[in-house]
Amino acid sequence: MNQSILEVKGLKTSFFTDDGEVPAVDGVDFSVGEGEILGIVGESGCGKSVTSLSIMGLLPSPPGKIVGGSISFKGEDISHAKESRMRKLRGNDIAMIFQEPMTSLNPVFTIGDQLMEAIRLHNRLPKKELAARAAELLKMVGLPRAKELLKEYPHELSGGMRQRVMIAMAMSCNPKVLIADEPTTALDVTIQAQILDLMLKLNRETHTAIILITHDLGVVAQVCKRVVVMYAGKVVEEGDVKDIFNHPKHPYTEGLIRSIPDLHSKKDKLYTIKGSVPRPGSIEKGCLFAPRCEYVMDKCRTDSPELVGDSHKSRCFLHQVQE
Amino acid sequence: MSEPLLKVENLKKYYPIKNGVLGRVSETVRAVDGVSFSVNEGETLGIVGESGCGKSTTGRMIMRLIEPTEGKVSFEGKNILSLSKSDLRRVRKDIQMIFQDPFASLNPRQTVGKIIEEPMIVHGMGNHKERKQRVEELLELVGLSAYHAKRYPHQFSGGQRQRIGIARALAVRPKLIIADEPVSALDVSVQSQVLNLLQDLQKKFHLTYIFIAHDLSVVRHISNRVGVMYLGKMVEISDSEILYDHPKHPYTKALLSAVPIPDPNSRSERIILSGDVPSPAHPPAGCTFHDRCPVAMDLCAREKPVMKKLEDGRLVSCHLYD
Repeated sequence: MNQSILEVKGLKTSFFTDDGEVPAVDGVDFSVGEGEILGIVGESGCGKSVTSLSIMGLLPSPPGKIVGGSISFKGEDISHAKESRMRKLRGNDIAMIFQEPMTSLNPVFTIGDQLMEAIRLHNRLPKKELAARAAELLKMVGLPRAKELLKEYPHELSGGMRQRVMIAMAMSCNPKVLIADEPTTALDVTIQAQILDLMLKLNRETHTAIILITHDLGVVAQVCKRVVVMYAGKVVEEGDVKDIFNHPKHPYTEGLIRSIPDLHSKKDKLYTIKGSVPRPGSIEKGCLFAPRCEYVMDKCRTDSPELVGDSHKSRCFLHQVQE
Repeated sequence: MSEPLLKVENLKKYYPIKNGVLGRVSETVRAVDGVSFSVNEGETLGIVGESGCGKSTTGRMIMRLIEPTEGKVSFEGKNILSLSKSDLRRVRKDIQMIFQDPFASLNPRQTVGKIIEEPMIVHGMGNHKERKQRVEELLELVGLSAYHAKRYPHQFSGGQRQRIGIARALAVRPKLIIADEPVSALDVSVQSQVLNLLQDLQKKFHLTYIFIAHDLSVVRHISNRVGVMYLGKMVEISDSEILYDHPKHPYTKALLSAVPIPDPNSRSERIILSGDVPSPAHPPAGCTFHDRCPVAMDLCAREKPVMKKLEDGRLVSCHLYD
C-alpha cells in the first residue's frame, strides 16, 4: 500500500449556535495514500463537506470549530495550524474545487487574472511567464483556444468550462492532494463524463491524490479506489470500492445502493430506507442509524458501535457479533 | 387503439432577442423547435435531456404556463391552445403539475392545509368542511399525517415538502400530472420513497404522468415510454425497454453511456462527447447534433433529419436510419 499522505483521526467539528453545540462531524477517521482516489459518500447533512472544509482550514469560524481529533498532512498536524501556515499549504499542497464553479470564480475579473493570481501567490514569476503558464494550464485541462480564454470573463464560459478552469487553478501549483467537493453535481451527464475523465487523467499524469466528495454512488463506483461512507457525522463503512458495492456490510450502505434505480433493468418497486436523516445531535444514545435500520437489535438502541475491521471496516453490531 | 389522452403536435417556442433603441428583433432563441408526441391514458411518458434542451418549456407549454409560439396541444380531443381563459381554467383542473424545487413552489406564509386546499377553492370544489376533510385524506395518502395541515412548509424536510406538492396536485382529482424534475433535489434514500409514492398513486387513481427529468435511471424506472430531447427537438422516442437496451440515435447512445453506473465491476468505456450543447440562438445547420456526433456524415451538416418510424415502433430523427 502507498504511504498515506493525509490522515484524519477522530476529527470532531461542531457548530456553536444559539441552540447549543451541533456536532456536524463526530469522530471521523480516514487516510489518503499518495496518488490514491478516495471517495467520501453520504447524503445531505452527513458531514462530508464539513470534513473537507475542516481539512482545508476553511470552516466559517465562528460558529464552526474543530473540537477534537487531528488532521495530519505528511506527518504534520494541521488541525490547529496558524492561518499563515494554512495559506502556504492551501493551493501549494492541498487544493480544493467546489460544486458551483460560477460562485467560486470572481465575475469581475478575467479568467487570466484569476488563474495568474493563483500561480503568483505561490510562485513569483515575470508577467510573461505567468501568462504562458496560465495558458499551459488551460491546455492541460482540455480547454481549446487558451490564449483568448485568458481574456474572457467567467459568464462567457459554460458550466463545464468553468469547472475546467477551477481544476486548472487548483492544479496550478501541483498539489499533493486535491479535494473535490461535488465537482460534477451541477453539470449535465455528458459534461460530467468529460470532467471525471479529466480528473482521472490528471490523477494518472501528476499523481495527485484526490478526495472525491459526492452523493452520487455511480460516480464513486466509476472513479474511486477506496470509499468512505458517512452517515450523520460518522464514518459507517470504509473499504475497497469493490468490497463496498459487492458486499456492503453496513445496513445504511446496503440500503443506499439498493435505493438507486437501475439503468439496465427495470424493477417493480424501489427499495427504500424508511424515515429520514436525523438532525445532528438529536439521537443521544445508541447507533445513529438504529431508528431507520431493518436489522435493528436491542443493543443498537443503547450502545454505540465502533468502526472495526481490517481493510473493510464497518460500524455495525451485526458484523461484530459474528466476529 | 383508443385516442391518446394528450397529443402534442409540432410545438414551438421561440424567444426573440431584441436589440437597440428600436427594439428590433435581432435573433431568435429556438427553445422548443417542433416537438410532437402523444401520451396514452394511464401511462408514464418520460422526457429526458440535458439543461437547456427545452424539456421544461415543453411541459409548461402543455398547461399554457408558457404560451407556445406555434403548434397544437389536444387534451381529450380539445385543442388547449385555442381555449378561452375560463375554458382553460376548467382544463387545468384535469392537468396538474409537480415542480422541482419543493422550497420555492410552496408559499412559506401559508399553512400546508391552506396550500393543499387552494386549488379546490379555485375550482369551486366542495364547501369548507368537505375541503378540510379532503386535505386530511390527501395528507394521509401521501404518507404525512392529518395534523401536519396546521404547519408551515419550513417545518418539513425536502422529501416531505415534495409530498405536500404531490398532495396539492392530487387535490383536484386530475387525469394528467406533469412532473418537472420532481426528485432531482432529493437525496437517494428519499428519492426512492417519492418515486414509489408516485407509482402507488398512479395505480390507485389511474393517473397519467409526463415525467420530465435529467436522470436517466430514474426515468427508466418510472416510464413506459421515453422521449429524448436535444436542443429543442425530440431526437428519439419509444418504449423505454427498447430505448434503453438498444438506443439508436447517437445522442441517446452517448447520453446513456455517460451515466455513471453504481457498480465498480463494470467500468465501461464511455462515449465522451466533445464540447458543449450549442446555443439555441445559433443551432448548427442540418442536424443540430452533427457537430458533436461521433458518426456524423456530410449529409448531416446539410439536411435536417425528420422523424421516422422504425420496425420496432420507435421514432428516431437521424440520417443513419434513412
